[in-house]
Amino acid sequence: MQQWIIVGHGMAAMRLLQDLMLLARWDAQITVIGEESWQGYNRIGLSDVLAGVRELESLATVAPDWFEKHGVSCVHDWVCRIDRKARHVMLKSGERLRYDRLILATGSSPRLPDVPGIDLPGVRPFRTVADVEQLLSVPAGARALVLGGGLLGLEAATGLAGRGVDVTVVHRDDWLMNRQLDSFAAGWLEEALRQQGIAVRTGEEVEAISARENGGLHAVLKSGEALQASAVVPAIGIMPRIELARECGLSVDRGIQVDDQLRTSDPCIHALGECAEHRGVSYGLVAPLYEQAHQLAAHLGGLPAAYQGSAVSTQLKVSGLPVFSAGVTEGETGDHVIVWQDESHREYRKLVIRSGCLIGAVLFGDIRDGSFYHDLIERAADITSVRESLVFGAAFCGAQPSDSLQNTEKDTENNRAAA
Amino acid sequence: MKRVCETTCPYCGVGCGVQATVQDDRVLAVSGDERHPANRGRLCVKGSALHETLSHEARLLHPEIQGQRADWDAAIAAVAEGLKETIRLYGPDSVAFYVSGQLLTEDYYVANKLMKGFIGSGNIDTNSRLCMSSAVAGYKRAFGSDTVPGSYEDIDSADLMVLIGSNAAWTHPVLFQRMQAARQKGENRRMVVIDPRRTATAGSADLHLPLRPGTDALLFNGLLVWLADHGGLDTGYVEAHTEGLGAALATARRAAGSLEELADECGLAVSDVHTFYQWFARTPRTVSFYSMGINQSTSGVDKSNAIINVHLATGRVGQPGASPFSITGQPNAMGGREVGGLSNQLAAHMDWDDPEAIDRVARFWNAANMAQEPGAMATELFERVHSGAIRAVWIMATNPVVSMPEAARVREALAQCDLVVVSDCMAHTDTMDLAHIRLPATGWSEKDGTVTNSERRISRQRALVKPAGEARHDWWIISRVAQAMGFDEAFGYQAPVDIFREHAQLTAYENNGTRDLDLAVWADITAAEYQALTPLQWPVNDQWPMGRTRWFQDGRFNTPSRRGRLFPVQPRPPQSAPDSVQRYRFNTGRLRDQWHTMTRTGLAARLTSHVSEPRLAMHPEDAGREGLQDRDWVCLRSAGQAARVRIEITKDQRRGDVFLPIHWTRQYASQAVASSLVPTRIDPISGQPELKHAVIQLEPWQPEVQGYCWLPEPLQGPPWAAWFRRDLEGGTLYQWAGNRFSARQWLEARSPEADFQIYSDAGSGAERVAAFVQGQLKAVIWLGQALPDIAPEWIAEQFSSETIDAATRRDLLAGRSSGVPDVGPMICSCHQIGRFQIEHAILAEGCCSVEALGRELRCGTQCGSCIPDLRDLLQANAEGEA
Repeated sequence: MQQWIIVGHGMAAMRLLQDLMLLARWDAQITVIGEESWQGYNRIGLSDVLAGVRELESLATVAPDWFEKHGVSCVHDWVCRIDRKARHVMLKSGERLRYDRLILATGSSPRLPDVPGIDLPGVRPFRTVADVEQLLSVPAGARALVLGGGLLGLEAATGLAGRGVDVTVVHRDDWLMNRQLDSFAAGWLEEALRQQGIAVRTGEEVEAISARENGGLHAVLKSGEALQASAVVPAIGIMPRIELARECGLSVDRGIQVDDQLRTSDPCIHALGECAEHRGVSYGLVAPLYEQAHQLAAHLGGLPAAYQGSAVSTQLKVSGLPVFSAGVTEGETGDHVIVWQDESHREYRKLVIRSGCLIGAVLFGDIRDGSFYHDLIERAADITSVRESLVFGAAFCGAQPSDSLQNTEKDTENNRAAA
Repeated sequence: MKRVCETTCPYCGVGCGVQATVQDDRVLAVSGDERHPANRGRLCVKGSALHETLSHEARLLHPEIQGQRADWDAAIAAVAEGLKETIRLYGPDSVAFYVSGQLLTEDYYVANKLMKGFIGSGNIDTNSRLCMSSAVAGYKRAFGSDTVPGSYEDIDSADLMVLIGSNAAWTHPVLFQRMQAARQKGENRRMVVIDPRRTATAGSADLHLPLRPGTDALLFNGLLVWLADHGGLDTGYVEAHTEGLGAALATARRAAGSLEELADECGLAVSDVHTFYQWFARTPRTVSFYSMGINQSTSGVDKSNAIINVHLATGRVGQPGASPFSITGQPNAMGGREVGGLSNQLAAHMDWDDPEAIDRVARFWNAANMAQEPGAMATELFERVHSGAIRAVWIMATNPVVSMPEAARVREALAQCDLVVVSDCMAHTDTMDLAHIRLPATGWSEKDGTVTNSERRISRQRALVKPAGEARHDWWIISRVAQAMGFDEAFGYQAPVDIFREHAQLTAYENNGTRDLDLAVWADITAAEYQALTPLQWPVNDQWPMGRTRWFQDGRFNTPSRRGRLFPVQPRPPQSAPDSVQRYRFNTGRLRDQWHTMTRTGLAARLTSHVSEPRLAMHPEDAGREGLQDRDWVCLRSAGQAARVRIEITKDQRRGDVFLPIHWTRQYASQAVASSLVPTRIDPISGQPELKHAVIQLEPWQPEVQGYCWLPEPLQGPPWAAWFRRDLEGGTLYQWAGNRFSARQWLEARSPEADFQIYSDAGSGAERVAAFVQGQLKAVIWLGQALPDIAPEWIAEQFSSETIDAATRRDLLAGRSSGVPDVGPMICSCHQIGRFQIEHAILAEGCCSVEALGRELRCGTQCGSCIPDLRDLLQANAEGEA
């Protein structure tokens, strides 16, 4: 029987396993190796746990006996090296496992700002259960400094603030979530955060962190402002974990380079998730990762499969901060921008249209139509016939118009098949 | 308690019986009266919406003197004083009444009596002058009296119906439905429509003759010649009962030429003319219906005689299924004719040219100052106001500032007149806005009296509810003024029946069979009998106690020789012809769902949903030459006036001819008063203006932006270069065009405390803004390069909620609720069915006939006036499929 080994047991690995079980078209012994003490959990739920609205136990994706039932063996260990010639992986424990196929799902690690004091004990990123367990020890009323006002940073900030921690977010760019939002929506977001008691410093960076005598931390910002805090949470970004791949000579750039079948430069080795780089893009969100898992499972099951890349949409999963973003946030010359806003109700929608297709959407307030826009962007559907009502959402683009949208979809599929 | 009352519709001359359901002083519903012979239960969309037009919001509720509220005593005294003083200084001919086919016979009678018998002038004329005075003159020339020979019953038995200058499908829908029903009963029953435009009526006909405007007389002269040459005359009848054939034929022959020449002159295909002539010759049971297209002409009387000539020559007058039949436009145009409410009539079918008649009427009225000669006809009347010869004018229930030719000159005349009294039920009409003394009159549902329809049928219009505010009946107002002027005894009426009785007595007074109009049976009518009056066609005398269906069946007419008179008609073209500047022939007329100047129909939102703005209809080739697309704006110029409207490109127009609806006043549009573009040119006999023909200059107009603006109430002085207003349920809609305009700044200036919702599409230039104050919607403005087609009702409805819920607020700038599908532009006003629904039924549900659509959606099943539209949609979609 073939030996398949999955390195990493995060959300990508877990979804791949589930998709493989659903397909049931394979004949292999699967081993999954994870370094975290708790494996295959739903990492996205950590911010809820941090906020105290959800129990850690509820993050489990499957029942404890699921792996046994499906004949998957789980190994809690670190992979030190991959020997591609011998087709085996070396574990920290010294064990060596042979593989016929190797799947890298090593994920990413938090990027840390290069400042003095970043290695102090009170500095703790927000990625794993272990991180959250430590952040949960920050008491209500204490101060925390979140470095980075992106998606992860804001989830950490609102999680901490939800437990009564006095949070300040320090963000390098001019507005929060600058990759996902335009300045207008970010302005309302900042205002909403302030109303939740979160202080925000934009256009600002930490220059140094030092320990104080009382065990707390002292952070100095670029502007000279000094802030005291019990904890500092760096959340300025992630780095794909590619060390293993690089060391064994796989082709890597920012991430591990894969083709449409999620194959690395070694046909026996696949990669997916945050560690992978497909057509020059590494994804840091869950939806593309699931799509990759789906395609890879099909491929491994011997079905025709091709991952085409994902349109990315973002939704801040925090109550009271209804924000959605997909595609581009600012139009270029020649693009058409449609805006709808209701000031006193704090509702905002911005759509960017290029050559008759939707290429970007930013929503603030009612974000129920997010998936509708996401879908249009992903399919590159011609929206000309519904342009006037597009910003008002799916309910206004029904009946007659959707027929034409569907036609476009078919056309696109045909084009894909032809390509 | 609910009660059902029988009354009569106040719109067109069909005179439909209406059953009104009334409760707690409110009219809850209306339906057609099954027992009324005029309509047998049917109602058109305007009639069906009557109860929706009765709100008191737009009503004038109390008298006003110089803009100040006054009580009735003061107002009556002021009018009486003003009239007396003017008469004292300048004589009786310095005052005038301009009245209306909207007045009931009783109102009309009192007004006529006051002017002609007591003020002592003939200066009372009526808006019927603009409507059917040519038809009256035509009848009188041919028959010796203003007697309509036929009856609606003739529709049921006619084998050929010829409609000339009549878009009955839109203007007399119930009559048209009866014609359609009659056609379906017999295989060989045909309809010919003679009209320059391919109207909805023409589209339904077996043969449409889209003749060159103004060539009707030529066509009928040609028919007379053709009949003579092809053995089509009823020589026995001609010899026994008519006179003048020889002269009429000779004149016709000189003018007509060969069939080919005639067809060419009329702009028609020879074969079509031939077919029409053949059908006419072969069909004894032929009714010719004619209305404004014939009457509103400088040769309208001649044209009507050209039509009557062929009926006399074939013996088709007053026979079952055979008559020349003028259809009137107003509910009581006929009543006005009967009391003599036109300046060239005296009273009760008696005329000025008979000194005995003047004496008779004077004796009957016990007149203090009997006038001795005709007064000024409408155009002359306002011209005399303009020149200062008439210094006090009292306008009742009509809107001459909109409806008269050169309407702007009428405005000018009134603006400089010493005393303008206006009695009307509406607080604001273009005319009311110029009045010194404003008198609130009762309107339909409050008024009580009688009306006469196109077939001489006298019906009761009954009071259903109490008058609004301090409104009073016109007869009451006139009588009180007359009494205040010192004519107590002659005007001591207590109720309409007192007046009706006196009117009936006058018709019978020294009549002895000399006047067809004879209501002797009602000369001593009691109040109870009057209340229960059954609709009857006059005369109602000892010989015809239950009325008379037809006249002249025996071939005996009212001319001195008792013969029907054929009149030699020398065709005359309209008085204006296109030239290199004024390149287009300009025609005016009614739309399906509007009536006159919209003072009533403008109030029912569903009546403005069919056509929401006055579009200028234009042939595609003309539009192409001017570089115009459908819905582009144009500026029209003529008679020193301008109008700004959008065009509607349609092959229903002849090349070189354009058409504009007459309804939009200054209350409802910036510049779209159709009649203001028509110069004052009148028929020399009837005095009827040529409202159906002018020539105009047309140039494209490109506004920087256009849009919609919804507000809870109408604006004082809208800020845009061009606009149209619609009153909707909940608020007012403006469709506008003009220079670039910051909607938000404008709204902020109007309500600084507002907060805003904004939509903008920089790519298309579209912008939409909604303003709220404390959660309540205050205004919505849309603007852009082009106007989207929308159903604007939903936004207007939102003004009524104190707080708009979040979901509605979110949908607001989309213009409709996300839960409600977009039904598209309204086609069936009765059942509110839109174009998208109909198209869906055709394409998805497989409906392939008007009947199938009716079963599926109910569209076209009530008044039926959208059936031509349905047929067009069926055809268009069938073409699309092929």
